Amino acid sequence: MSILDDIKEKLQGKINDWYEHNPHRIYFSVDKKDIREIARVMFKDLGFRYAIASGTDTPKGFEILYHFSFDKTGHMVSVRVLIEDKQNPEIDSLAVISPAFEWIEREMWEMLGIKFIGHPNLKRLLLADDWPEGKYPLRCERES
Amino acid sequence: MKNIKLKALTKSLWVFHLCIGGSCNNCDIEILDLLTPRYDVERFGIMLVGSIRHADVLLITGSLSRKAAPRAKRLYEQMPKPGVVVAVGSCALGRGIFKDGYNTPCPLDELIPVDLYIPGCPPKPEAMITGIVRLVKKVRGEK
Amino acid sequence: MSHKVVIPIGPYHPLQEEPEFFQLFVEGEKVVDIDIVIGYNHRGIEKICETKHFDQVPFVVERICGICSTSHPLACVNALEDLAKVEVPERALYIRTIIAEMERIHSHLLWLGLAGHFIGYNTVWMWAWRYREPLLDCFEMISGNRNHYAMMKVGGVRRDIQDEHIPALKKALDELSRAVDMFKGAVMDDPVIHSRLKGIGILTHQQAIDWSVVGPTARASGVKIDVRRDDPYAAYDRVNWEVIIQEEGDVFAKTVVRILEMHESISIIRQCLDKMPRGEIDANVKDMPPGEGVGRAEAPRGEVFHYARSDGTNRPIRYKVRAPSYMNVASNKIACVGGTISDATITLAAVDPCYCCTERVTVIDRPANKKILNGWDLIRLSQEKTERLKKVVK
Repeated sequence: MSILDDIKEKLQGKINDWYEHNPHRIYFSVDKKDIREIARVMFKDLGFRYAIASGTDTPKGFEILYHFSFDKTGHMVSVRVLIEDKQNPEIDSLAVISPAFEWIEREMWEMLGIKFIGHPNLKRLLLADDWPEGKYPLRCERES
Repeated sequence: MKNIKLKALTKSLWVFHLCIGGSCNNCDIEILDLLTPRYDVERFGIMLVGSIRHADVLLITGSLSRKAAPRAKRLYEQMPKPGVVVAVGSCALGRGIFKDGYNTPCPLDELIPVDLYIPGCPPKPEAMITGIVRLVKKVRGEK
Repeated sequence: MSHKVVIPIGPYHPLQEEPEFFQLFVEGEKVVDIDIVIGYNHRGIEKICETKHFDQVPFVVERICGICSTSHPLACVNALEDLAKVEVPERALYIRTIIAEMERIHSHLLWLGLAGHFIGYNTVWMWAWRYREPLLDCFEMISGNRNHYAMMKVGGVRRDIQDEHIPALKKALDELSRAVDMFKGAVMDDPVIHSRLKGIGILTHQQAIDWSVVGPTARASGVKIDVRRDDPYAAYDRVNWEVIIQEEGDVFAKTVVRILEMHESISIIRQCLDKMPRGEIDANVKDMPPGEGVGRAEAPRGEVFHYARSDGTNRPIRYKVRAPSYMNVASNKIACVGGTISDATITLAAVDPCYCCTERVTVIDRPANKKILNGWDLIRLSQEKTERLKKVVK
């Protein structure tokens, strides 16, 4: 069984919009309430390496892509979650699974304003301490 | 009096290298390259020092990130005067390619007075040596 | 009675080219905690990329880092070619490989020099950087600049390697090959360096996996990952080469990995120069369709990750960059703690931090019994330890 079949089997019922852009690039969406369980399965059970997460401000909400790499085969599997509430965006922190998630969650918090519930140390990473509150550099100002 | 002090210092320049943030580090590597056998500026008496209080020349690279700016100003004030400030690389000149960034608020010379600009991305070691030589000649009043 | 002492390394230390702050909490000689503060180098490149055209983006990302200056454009064009499903001409793939491997050699020599300086072997520093010069001359010959070569573009490369360059390149490689052999002997067979670097700054296999470290930092701990083999790009699947793995995870293992990787790089470049076919070097990509793409490259420090999203216009709507040191520097929290102050500098330097890629680190200070040593003092402590060991070992 390939690693992709393993994912589909372990995460049955939680996967939406499975898309294979090419043999090595796979994207699928999940509900934000499932993200901790899914990350745990991919990182701990299936042996993926966590590459990084990228947060984007889209018209539908804040979209976070968690990129996992399976080095034995070269697959890059990106897990998509959408946080629809843009006034009060929050999601479970994955830093409880592994310290590798700590810094990127701090960065996404200060760049986009997403709160990571349960993060042990949510404070500024890159921006200066006197950076004004409420100004998030990676948010897009769009006309309504 | 100030000019005499400065002229005397040009015999053997002690340089403090400062990277004020927002730098890709290439200029810093090329500056360190000047110490290595091919260019070997130590034979001219030019030396890198570990503390700003010993320095005659403040060599600055980087495009001045917001976090680093207050510290850069403090270090300039600690430099014993008379001293010379040299800006190395396109970033130190005017933020270069990062001009429109949200974290690079202003060009270096709005914060600290600069005496010599060495352009390039990164400037070649030969360009840096030429710049320093021109500065030394200018301070000594030679053409 | 133990008292906590804080030792700042940074933010402006002469031999640490980039500003960052490591704060070491120590009790006596032992490091008990470390806080890393970064943010001094943050330039907002991801946001800047959203305002540039796709053909300007490789130039912006090239200036993320001066040392791994071609790895970022390579990952960038990999991401954009992944997005647009572009087929790159074969000659361009070989040229990309040659440039990337030349960069790996120059970067590892640079690190070797700095590491030599930190432990007091200044001759190693001078010689390693001296042997970089012919390589930088070759870069200048091929691309016009010693650093920031601007060779990569979406769909190919911007300049060709001319036939008349090849003899000079091969001559430089022969000289480098002798130099790497010399360093191998000088470093790997020296008993003082063994006692100085072995058992220092250990990152175990499980810790390397938990912290998701990449590059030589991971390979020195027995984690068998290398993007060039796992997810091949450029011409890496067309030449023969080995992934270098060591098991111990200490600073000595990281040094060995880097030296042996230089050997492999020289071999890869020689094979590419022989196998490179004639032909086009550019696929002439005109449009970027909407979609997303992920591109990776194995920089000298590890996996560089770029993600691009396009909506069909000529600018990216989101561009994400993750440099290898983002993952590696964070692991210093484990590698440094438990060691002594004199080993702190070399442990922190062993992950080959490219702070411009990640920009981080600060030093923490505790109120009671504060004793401040600057970075210059720390390097001096490190060099003094080597002197003491020389007397014991020899």
